[in-house]
Amino acid sequence: MAFKDYNCEKTGRITRLIEHLYVDMPHVEADRGVLITESYRETEGEPVIARRAKAFRHILENIPIVIRPEELIVGSSTVHPRSCQVFPEYSFEWLEAEFDTMEHREADPFCIDEDTKKKLHEAYQYWKGRTTSELATDYMAPEARLAMEHNFFTPGNYFYNGVGHVCVDYEKVLKIGYRGIIKEATEELAKCRVSDPDYARRHHFLNAVIMSCQAVIDYAHRYAALALKQAAECADSARKEELTRIAHNCENVPENGARSFYEACQSFWFVQQLMQMESSGHSISPGRFDQYMYPFFKKDLENGKITPDFAQELIDCIWVKLNDLNKIRDVASAKGFAGYSLFQNLIAGGQNTEGLDATNDLSFMCMQASLHTRLPAPSLSIRVWNGSPQQLLLKAAEVTRTGIGLPAYYNDEVIIPALLSRGLTMEDARDYCIIGCVEPQKAAKTDGWHDAAFFNMCRPLEMVFTNGVDDGVQVGPRTGDVSSFATFEDFCNAYRTQMNYFIGLMVNADNAIDVAHAERCPLPFESSMVDDCIARGKSVQEGGAIYNFTGPQGFGIANIADSMFAIRELVFKSHKYTLKDFKEALADNYGEGSTPSDEDVVKLTAIVAEKMKENGLTPTAADIETICRTIKAENPGGNSKYKALREDILSLPKYGNDVPEVDSLAREMAYTYTRPLQTFKNPRGGIFQAGLYPVSANVPLGAQTGATPDGRLAHKPVADGVSPSAGNDTHGPTAAANSVSKLDHYIASNGTLYNMKFHPSALSGRQGLNNFVALVRSYFDQKGSHMQFNVVSRETLLDAQKHPENYKSLVVRVAGYSALFTTLSRSLQDDIINRTEQGGF
Amino acid sequence: MEKSFAETTGRIFDIQRFSIHDGPGIRTIVFLKGCRLRCRWCCNPESQDYAIQEMIDKNGKITVTGRDVTAGEVMETVLRDSTYYRRSGGGLTLSGGEMLCQPDFAKALLMLGVDSDISTAVETTSFASFDTIEQLLPYIDHYLMDIKHINSEKHKAFTGQSNELILENAAKIAKRAAHMVVRVPVIPGFNDTPAEISAIAQFAAGLHNVHELHLLPYHRLGQDKYTMLGRTYTLPDILPPDKAQMETLVLEAQKSGLSVQIGG
Repeated sequence: MAFKDYNCEKTGRITRLIEHLYVDMPHVEADRGVLITESYRETEGEPVIARRAKAFRHILENIPIVIRPEELIVGSSTVHPRSCQVFPEYSFEWLEAEFDTMEHREADPFCIDEDTKKKLHEAYQYWKGRTTSELATDYMAPEARLAMEHNFFTPGNYFYNGVGHVCVDYEKVLKIGYRGIIKEATEELAKCRVSDPDYARRHHFLNAVIMSCQAVIDYAHRYAALALKQAAECADSARKEELTRIAHNCENVPENGARSFYEACQSFWFVQQLMQMESSGHSISPGRFDQYMYPFFKKDLENGKITPDFAQELIDCIWVKLNDLNKIRDVASAKGFAGYSLFQNLIAGGQNTEGLDATNDLSFMCMQASLHTRLPAPSLSIRVWNGSPQQLLLKAAEVTRTGIGLPAYYNDEVIIPALLSRGLTMEDARDYCIIGCVEPQKAAKTDGWHDAAFFNMCRPLEMVFTNGVDDGVQVGPRTGDVSSFATFEDFCNAYRTQMNYFIGLMVNADNAIDVAHAERCPLPFESSMVDDCIARGKSVQEGGAIYNFTGPQGFGIANIADSMFAIRELVFKSHKYTLKDFKEALADNYGEGSTPSDEDVVKLTAIVAEKMKENGLTPTAADIETICRTIKAENPGGNSKYKALREDILSLPKYGNDVPEVDSLAREMAYTYTRPLQTFKNPRGGIFQAGLYPVSANVPLGAQTGATPDGRLAHKPVADGVSPSAGNDTHGPTAAANSVSKLDHYIASNGTLYNMKFHPSALSGRQGLNNFVALVRSYFDQKGSHMQFNVVSRETLLDAQKHPENYKSLVVRVAGYSALFTTLSRSLQDDIINRTEQGGF
Repeated sequence: MEKSFAETTGRIFDIQRFSIHDGPGIRTIVFLKGCRLRCRWCCNPESQDYAIQEMIDKNGKITVTGRDVTAGEVMETVLRDSTYYRRSGGGLTLSGGEMLCQPDFAKALLMLGVDSDISTAVETTSFASFDTIEQLLPYIDHYLMDIKHINSEKHKAFTGQSNELILENAAKIAKRAAHMVVRVPVIPGFNDTPAEISAIAQFAAGLHNVHELHLLPYHRLGQDKYTMLGRTYTLPDILPPDKAQMETLVLEAQKSGLSVQIGG
């Protein structure tokens, strides 16, 4: 066998590093924001790429550096652990507006002290009118902005932040160092002739690359000096030796190629950290760590220079460091990305460029590191194919069993052909890694723009019922009075028309943002590690990468499938209801009434007041109060006819239960998003490709969605990824997985996300692990693309006792007996909770 | 010939997919309705009576338990998970109730399973004439047989039937079955002493070619269903055995030389 599972122990150092990480709440720090502003003020009028490089250098020369207690791998972007810097070049107004609320907000709170607020407020004076988000807004078509205001889609991620979503050429840095990359750029520069048509751009770009790489080398040397200083002051001889070693490492890497596994780890870390200093883009993904790190491990091991235990400790240290990085998002995005996640996806296993299995010792050590640290980062993934060793999958299943929600499983048998269909070579497709949540790309050659927008597939369906009108505004096309559709096909066509229109607007918004990034925030450091930027003489943002994509994701497949099925059955087959009945029931939220949020009440009141003013009336305070009251009371609900309609809808079969008629509709409806999207092009010379996953945006975006014909009430979450609607899959995991596998996962080449919940008893013992692996492999045999698991914990079951409505489909299986948890009596539920505690019988 | 098997009708009360505790791999259990035993701890009381019954939950909602189906219909559902069986070595498990109460239907299902090249298993009390059992054996890969007590009187007191026929059949089946596992529901106050478990283990170890014993700890998960059927649960006060007790019983049973595990 070509690989070994050393199963090393966790060291006390790792426990203490983790404790240190979580002693305090995350902070917002001012240094980067202040430094970039200083630099930009000095470089006014220079070419943007030069300004970016100078700013990056200025930051790295001056930002405070710290070595945390007991660290073996160094490089921290903030003084406080788990804290963040800010990036005003992308956007800043939201952050300033949230200065006083961010500490107490529900999702991902941050501390910010008064001094930081003051410094940032001062820096922000410079940025008005200079950010990517302001330029992008100018570039967008008015109708696209309108559609965004009405919550059809949100490109929020890249609108307000850097793009990120890349896996750069770690391998190259490990091998030749930034000195080697500077040499490449210098050679290209030598080839430039002043008479070349693109001389200006190329020349400035290559110089910016050289300056950025040198800045990183100098930054590492700052760390070398700090480590030496601390070593000199250190009384503990063991730590003194460690610090001296750290200093030697930082002297050599990432400037030069790594000479040992330890140096490779340190070199890797500087790349990973500083990519997140250049830009605020998240999902900076380490990719195939087990592959590019392996040669260093193997050589050291063969030469007796390293023990597996020490190698494991170094990997564990990297795992901890990945959790030291953080990012602040606006309050709405924080809800969508809840959990401070940076989506640094790291993948193990899978095939090599020749199509052979590439599992090695480090693949196992990556799993072991997640078992040791049990932290959210990295987003650990595993590639699975027909030739994956069972031993690796069993190890992955062990990690799954801990309940940390990792690893995610990816299917080579779908992803490789999907990437081939998008123009990758066979070698590149076989060498894919995963970015962020679920998005496949070939590392070091791709600008995938993988998380380009969230598109809510339910909103265009609402427009079919309102003839394109939302909140009194004509935002969508007029597809006709919904009562006039004579056939189900007419109804579906109206939906397709609405979809096509809003997809086009989303493309407009994405492309506007794309251009804004190229013009205002090209990234020379990132571009130094993505082919073929140096040879093409342009940044990633200007189309320097070999493969260019834009991948916005649709979500709500399950709601659309169930809605269409309900309409076909109840309107066009049984004729029990008319489309008009549906229209009225949806407007009435199925007789449940709607309680508009305070925010909505304020918004609607403002609209009414505005209308009054337009008509020459000046609303008094008393008028405003009356309007508010009317809006609040507008929809008391209680219409029993609509409740009956909803009962009929809920009794129909639903997506997620292996019912062919529903599943085939789900497949068709997914195509209404995936097919039109792939016809569009982006400004970097690439195409759009669909993803079907929501991160956790299905909850906040669902809150902005009215009732849907699948019986979902207004403002409730929309279905998650390609998963069935919560609680609707009542026939167990195989039936649900069969349904999900009926979708076309190849065309959704930006990734699909399938979340499955599991009770730990299903994973107990060796047989449990084997069955679990069989479940994954079987879903993949049927051409599903991705799977991740939430193992139901004791806490989950306790929550299910408190909120049974959220856990309608939670099945517990104990010794040959299965039951819907929420239907059991309290004492029996307690029995099960006790069993869960014991690890299940 | 095959067509007639698919058309054989029978009465079931549930089909449970992704079952992982009743035979190897990922399996689909078909629960046949009707049983001649009346085990007081039975977690599926709706399985006992052959008649189609109504169950009324605490909110007054009525569900009907039991439906008549053809073997072909059942197999259509069972074969939906063929991929999972292939990957895990799983397949079809017949349970109940007691599948031996509907031998023609059981035989049809097992033969259709064999035709589809999936693994077949049964969970049974073996309380039937050996002739009835014998005709099914060629189509069963895994014979999971319950032995609840060696003492016939106690057996009768808790299950409504004495155990002579069961023990007699066990010996005959062991000689003919492809693979047989003995399973013991561990019920506090009935058979949960080391001596009682030891007696069962000794008996099982004496059977031809039997190497495995599964101890299934009592659970109360079916308790609510007695109320829903308008019946009284006669073991309201016993608690499931704890892990320590189960481990003691495992050690005791292992003295027989069998491989012993908790759960299926």
